[in-house]
Amino acid sequence: MTHIVVDPVTRIEGHLRVEAEVDHGAVTDAWSSSTMFRGIELILKGRDPRDAWLFAQRICGVCTTVHAIASIRSVENAIGARPPPNARLLRNLIQSAQAVQDHVVHFYHLHALDWVDVVSALSADPAKTSSLAESISDWPLSSTKYFTGVKARLKTFIDRGQLGPFANAYWGHPAYRLPPEANLMAVAHYLEALDFQREFIKLHAILGGKNPHLQSFLVGGMATPVDPDKQASLNTGTIAKLRVLINKAHDFVSRVYIPDVLAIAGFYKDWAGIGAGVGNYLVYGDYPDGDEPGAPLFFPSGIIRGRDISKLERVDPLRITESVKHAWYDYRGGDDTALHPSQGETQPHYTGPKPPFERLDTNAKYSWLKSPRYDGQPMEVGPLSRMLVAYVSGHPQVKKHVDGALSALGVGPTALFSTLGRIAARAIETIVLTEKMQSWLDELGANMAGGDLRIHDNSKWDPATWPKEAFGAGFHEAPRGALGHWVHIKDGVIANYQCIVPSTWNAGPRDGAGLRGPYEASLLGTPVHDPEQPLEILRTLHSFDPCMACGVHVVDVKRREIVRVRMQ
Amino acid sequence: MAEPTKNWFAREMRRRGVSRRDFMSFCGGLAAYFSLPSSAAEKIADSLSNAKKPILVWLEFQDCAGNTESFLRSGRPNVAEIILELLSVDYHETIMAAAGKQAEAALGGVVKDHAGSYIAIVEGSIPTGADGAYCTIGGRSALAIAREVCGSAAATIAIGTCASFGGLPAAAPNPTGALGVSDAVPGLKHLVNLPACPTNPENLVALLTYYLTFKRWPELDSYNRPLFAHGKSIHDNCERRAHFDAGQYVENWGDEGHRTGYCLYKVGCKGPVTFHNCPTVRWNEGTNWPIGCGHPCIGCSEANFWDKMTPFYRHLEGVPGFGVASDLDKFGAVATVATAGAFVAHGVVQLGRRTLFKNVVFKGDPSASHESRKPAPGAVPPNDGPKNGGTP
Repeated sequence: MTHIVVDPVTRIEGHLRVEAEVDHGAVTDAWSSSTMFRGIELILKGRDPRDAWLFAQRICGVCTTVHAIASIRSVENAIGARPPPNARLLRNLIQSAQAVQDHVVHFYHLHALDWVDVVSALSADPAKTSSLAESISDWPLSSTKYFTGVKARLKTFIDRGQLGPFANAYWGHPAYRLPPEANLMAVAHYLEALDFQREFIKLHAILGGKNPHLQSFLVGGMATPVDPDKQASLNTGTIAKLRVLINKAHDFVSRVYIPDVLAIAGFYKDWAGIGAGVGNYLVYGDYPDGDEPGAPLFFPSGIIRGRDISKLERVDPLRITESVKHAWYDYRGGDDTALHPSQGETQPHYTGPKPPFERLDTNAKYSWLKSPRYDGQPMEVGPLSRMLVAYVSGHPQVKKHVDGALSALGVGPTALFSTLGRIAARAIETIVLTEKMQSWLDELGANMAGGDLRIHDNSKWDPATWPKEAFGAGFHEAPRGALGHWVHIKDGVIANYQCIVPSTWNAGPRDGAGLRGPYEASLLGTPVHDPEQPLEILRTLHSFDPCMACGVHVVDVKRREIVRVRMQ
Repeated sequence: MAEPTKNWFAREMRRRGVSRRDFMSFCGGLAAYFSLPSSAAEKIADSLSNAKKPILVWLEFQDCAGNTESFLRSGRPNVAEIILELLSVDYHETIMAAAGKQAEAALGGVVKDHAGSYIAIVEGSIPTGADGAYCTIGGRSALAIAREVCGSAAATIAIGTCASFGGLPAAAPNPTGALGVSDAVPGLKHLVNLPACPTNPENLVALLTYYLTFKRWPELDSYNRPLFAHGKSIHDNCERRAHFDAGQYVENWGDEGHRTGYCLYKVGCKGPVTFHNCPTVRWNEGTNWPIGCGHPCIGCSEANFWDKMTPFYRHLEGVPGFGVASDLDKFGAVATVATAGAFVAHGVVQLGRRTLFKNVVFKGDPSASHESRKPAPGAVPPNDGPKNGGTP
């Protein structure tokens, strides 16, 4: 039995530490710990609720926009503001662009190096690499000459002897299984994806002024004016630019990202049997395709339990609770209570070892994340959950792409419950969104043509129009999964604020009943060739796309009534 | 510079289809960015083609990785060029392949073997509460890591407003005792603050290029920010300034004035007290900027802006000419024009022919004049000022 510590877990957002027991070449137990805390919800208390989204957005700069939108929905839900159709469409476009960009960056820049041996690419034959590339896609950057150039650039880089971010890594590890040609192709696409993400996210700058941290949201709508006859507004010229960006994204995703995922997965099919985790999947649903309450969501909500895809449950947010049994917070009722977020009660109270330390006491409290549960059960959130729920709901586009991927790999749907399944689901979600974005843009253009220039519900902008006290909840499907913000407004200012975010669901520690969170559960059984080199552990952790800064929160100690909120 | 180095670089540039002429044109562009004479381009070219890549370590503490993401949006040069050819980024948790012990060893190796010669970038604030337990990496506190790594660096860049001034975690009530680098690690001699939320990657590239070329920092303001990026107010360079001067304001979101591009002052714009080159450099390779898409400036490059600039949608009080806590609705366009002129004269101190690079031997006359960052007397002060730090 070997006890290993991976800290820092790199190629993620934020600060994650994992401790694990390894016995006979496999993980037998694991503990996930978040090691950073800021207290943003506490900072939000007493502030103007219309400002909250600007603060909340800074919870995370990788998944920028997502906390902005959840915050705005929570405040709109509380005060009764109704954003007009153009605002909904602009938000859908911004959010879907965020998901597309984030997923591409995750696959190529955060996750690929777990599967791709950069040094091995040096021994690739560029002609064979070209044949490989042309056999899986008609993407034009595929000639022998092109790959010769990429290889030469890589060789120059390595020959200079300063490997920078690629130094000290796990090159040559036996768990790397791609032939040199596939590695060279992946290195080329790693570099191309850097250019892609920079270009594509200009969509955010057009609609939000800048990225990261867009600045065009408003409680009640958007700040981006829409008017085909004005230079300072979103006009037909802007629509044309957006269309080009969306087309290019669809091109890159369908001709590079999807073929790469399928090609790489083909060499690692055993990972379709590794990393399943808790087997419960939670989706709030998102991308409203209408403006009335209860309008259909492009990604439907639902819950799948125990990997049973014959049943889909409705989500009831009132069944969400959080435990602090193993988190560095206190509850007045003691560590064995579990509270709904709207009754949130938390005081940070660090009881771990004083830094510097070697080991955490994992029998006690060991993380800055709480343990969210639904009906007392841990839930996995994220692209896999979304694609499973959409698949089971009969979502036509999702079904088409999921079935296509499963058939290309020659595996059945149960292969989705795995490390590899998360990677495939993320890619499928990306292609589905790039297909859908055009129709939101079309709708925006049609509204404009019809003379609907509304972007904001001004009727609730003045705090004098608000009730003396109001509660609201805002939900969003962020790239990493189900996100909820809860706000309590009193006398025009924030009395209380709380978030339960995707990485809290996925990365949280054990709860009061001792149930492991999804990261912890998914690591059980993960093979470890060399405990000194945590490559396989990184594979499963990265398949969730960890985002730790998002996960940590604190709420106020005041008890308050549970409020019924509609699902946005 | 040794000849083989230049040969290597020339070969590499040729291989990538970049002619010497194109490269010199790029360097000339950078020289122009800093208002340097064209002869500086040669020096920049030499510096960028150095055989041994300068080492950079990038630390993340109480951060959101927004500055890292912003860095990934760098287009001139792009991030692949930076990490493969221009710098050796030996530690950056978000992009590095190694994890755990191997990552810690990479950082330890830099501090041990390259003390005094590497650049440290710090992203995120540093918590001082709970004995450092609010942020640990590899079991060590952010503060201990910052002391060691920045203390041995040739120079440190605090990137983003959190690392520069404490930023969001330090906003009231500052639950974790968060500080910017200059306050958490007092006495760092070679520290530059590059605030904004996040930092514009063009400013980071410009700052790094300047430092690598001249081995020292450009001229800084009293908050240790480079004047080339923070020497003028948003208001002074704003494309909507004419509407301010003409008394034309956005009254409601989506109204005729909003669609036409009127001034956002009345809906809360903090441009008059924010010193940043947003309006000229813009974002995402010049695509747009917040005011360009109809939202007010929130003052994100200023210290304590989360407390001092909020509520964000309340218009600034005390801007000269409008009187303290004045109600703009009382002012007609004529009055506004008159007072706007007073604001310019009163609020912005012209420093005339003060040169940007006073320590540089270049005799040329940089074409741009540079103004003080100080806001008008009586205007909302942008921040409380730096506690320490300084130029090399």
